[in-house]
Amino acid sequence: MTSPHMYRYDEFDARFVAERVEQFRSQVARRLSGELTEDQFKPLRLMNGLYLQLHAYMLRIAVPYGTLSSRQMRKLAHIARKYDKGFGHFTTRTNMQFHWIRLVDVPDILAELASVEMHCIQTSGNCVRNVTADQFAGATAEEIEDPRPLCEIIRQWSSLHPEFVFLARKFKIAVGATHTDRAALQWHDMAVQIVRNDEGRTGYLVMAGGGMGRTPYVAHVMKEFVEREDILAYLEAVLRVYNMDSRRDNIHKQRIKILINTIGVEEMRRRVEREFAELKAMGTLQLPAEELARITAYFAPPKFETLPDAMPQGDAAFENWKKTNIHAHRAPGHAIATITLKAIGQVPGDISADQMDAIAGMMDAFSVGEIRVTHEQNLVLPHVRQKDLPAIFARLQALDLATPNSGLITDIIACPGLDYCDLANARSIPIAQTIAKRFADLDRQHAIGELKIKISGCINACGHHHAGHIGILGVDKKGVEFYQLLLGGSGAEDASIGQIMGPGFGEHEIADAVERVVEAYLIQRHPGERFLDTYRRIGMAPFKAAAYREMEAA
Amino acid sequence: MTKLIKDGAFAQDDFALLADDAPLPEDGGALVSLARFQKERDSLLARNAPIGVKLQASESPELLGVDVNRLSLIALEFPRFRDGRAFSWARMLRTRLGYQGEVRAVGDFLYDQINYQHRVGFDAWSVPDDFTIEQFHRALQEMTDVYQPSADGRKTIRDLRALR
Repeated sequence: MTSPHMYRYDEFDARFVAERVEQFRSQVARRLSGELTEDQFKPLRLMNGLYLQLHAYMLRIAVPYGTLSSRQMRKLAHIARKYDKGFGHFTTRTNMQFHWIRLVDVPDILAELASVEMHCIQTSGNCVRNVTADQFAGATAEEIEDPRPLCEIIRQWSSLHPEFVFLARKFKIAVGATHTDRAALQWHDMAVQIVRNDEGRTGYLVMAGGGMGRTPYVAHVMKEFVEREDILAYLEAVLRVYNMDSRRDNIHKQRIKILINTIGVEEMRRRVEREFAELKAMGTLQLPAEELARITAYFAPPKFETLPDAMPQGDAAFENWKKTNIHAHRAPGHAIATITLKAIGQVPGDISADQMDAIAGMMDAFSVGEIRVTHEQNLVLPHVRQKDLPAIFARLQALDLATPNSGLITDIIACPGLDYCDLANARSIPIAQTIAKRFADLDRQHAIGELKIKISGCINACGHHHAGHIGILGVDKKGVEFYQLLLGGSGAEDASIGQIMGPGFGEHEIADAVERVVEAYLIQRHPGERFLDTYRRIGMAPFKAAAYREMEAA
Repeated sequence: MTKLIKDGAFAQDDFALLADDAPLPEDGGALVSLARFQKERDSLLARNAPIGVKLQASESPELLGVDVNRLSLIALEFPRFRDGRAFSWARMLRTRLGYQGEVRAVGDFLYDQINYQHRVGFDAWSVPDDFTIEQFHRALQEMTDVYQPSADGRKTIRDLRALR
């Protein structure tokens, strides 16, 4: 069933995606016939989410702003079974990746996706990537409004935008609408925060210039308040300045963060304002209130049953799951349930076809046919009744998906790393698995509290290591995998860039080093203080001393 | 060798591309670099023949100043097909600068970029000799509808929705 609370393609969207499938079918045929060289084919396939990796092609499917219907989830399960090895992988861009794809199958896979209103457009390449949002959108009472209508408007505007499909580098946009930032807004090339001004009017705060990679930056505020009808004109103005003025001579210096930090944010604002004024005067990109209302109507909240707030009680396992994986919902008697894809020892973000099908059934039974993908590689049932939680928990337990660790030290983000990716210098997955096993004891996890570990297998930082409370970066040192520790990063509203501790650790030392850092925290912390706050209070030195202590003794 | 597509058909190229040190021909269109144009502006504009300027990807059309609308041709170079700056330059020529003359794509671009080039304001293409006019028209027809307003003034999907 298609969720009635999310965007649905009309005949224009459907034809757009269908024609795009046929276009790519012809591009694949030209590649297979030799008319296109791999060098010429590369940007075309990348714009359709197709990478050539270590062992096979990898196909990345867009999950716009992380929202999936049960029908779409079943289609992903089907693709996993028919065209891959029976599983898929959710990414930090809230997309799904399949790692064992054959080139000849890709046009058919795209056609299957189109049949459920999905595509791979711009999931890679130097263009505007999948727009991401708060996974609690439409379900949390904290938000000013649901950010997804704006995401959908941005998705359409940025789809095959003729001016911006050959940008200097990739360009990532996120939208949030709450003070609590669950979408890592400040780490994006551009981000929109829905805000209310002093007069009580709703509008948009726009940030730009955040990004990870080898030169991490937290975004600058570009404009405190953009009127609703002007938002596309403003976003286009930023992209235009970026497209015209970015360097093109050094791939490592071509993200918008480098441009802004080279010319300065004041100069960037000045250039953007000039384009913005022109676009506003032209008027063609103005967003009329009726159009915003039309898109917003697709996301109309479900009619929530009138229920009392009455959280069910259960055994210790259920209570532990509730403690971390259940969040407050806007409607009384309801809850938001996080399903972490982080069972101890599993690959972060991986999910089997059978699990996908079973979850699709749960989406229909418990959450108006809808689910969200999070940038932390988890899933969220956004609209569940509190009284259904025991049944949900029992079904998740049977699927090995009831791991009670959302936000805890074993809820680790990791990129695919050297197990799959030909850019990687080191493996990420086995490190995540080893650390999760080390801290598997749940009482210990609760004693440690909120602690976000993020692991990347190379400097490109797909595993968000710069934003981890504890970040781990895999490096290659003369053919041997080493791991650097970073402390003090944050991807939340208190965004900060993690600092490198010192020399790297070997594959068999890194979990010990993390454990010594955590032990140092437990000794140093004030009551109720998170790891991140202890680090910010006492700095690197005590942690560094602890991490290297055993190594020096040895 | 290349040939010219203009206004949807193969066309005679009326411009000779001149090196910076080549003598000016007596008559006929001349296409020069921005550097040469800036250096010899007065004599080039005084010629009784069309003049064009070829801009590198790093050269904004604004560098032409008020002279832009005295030019008959502006050729925008794609040094590598990955370098998409000329998409913004073409749009700037057509919208901000109100340029009505020929905007020609030259250099290393792909069949798959022609539709985007057409949308942002290119109306001429310097293509390889084996390129066919059927390929050109197919490139423009692969995608029926567009989501964004651009220099081509096409109705967007939003416009079409409103007309339903």
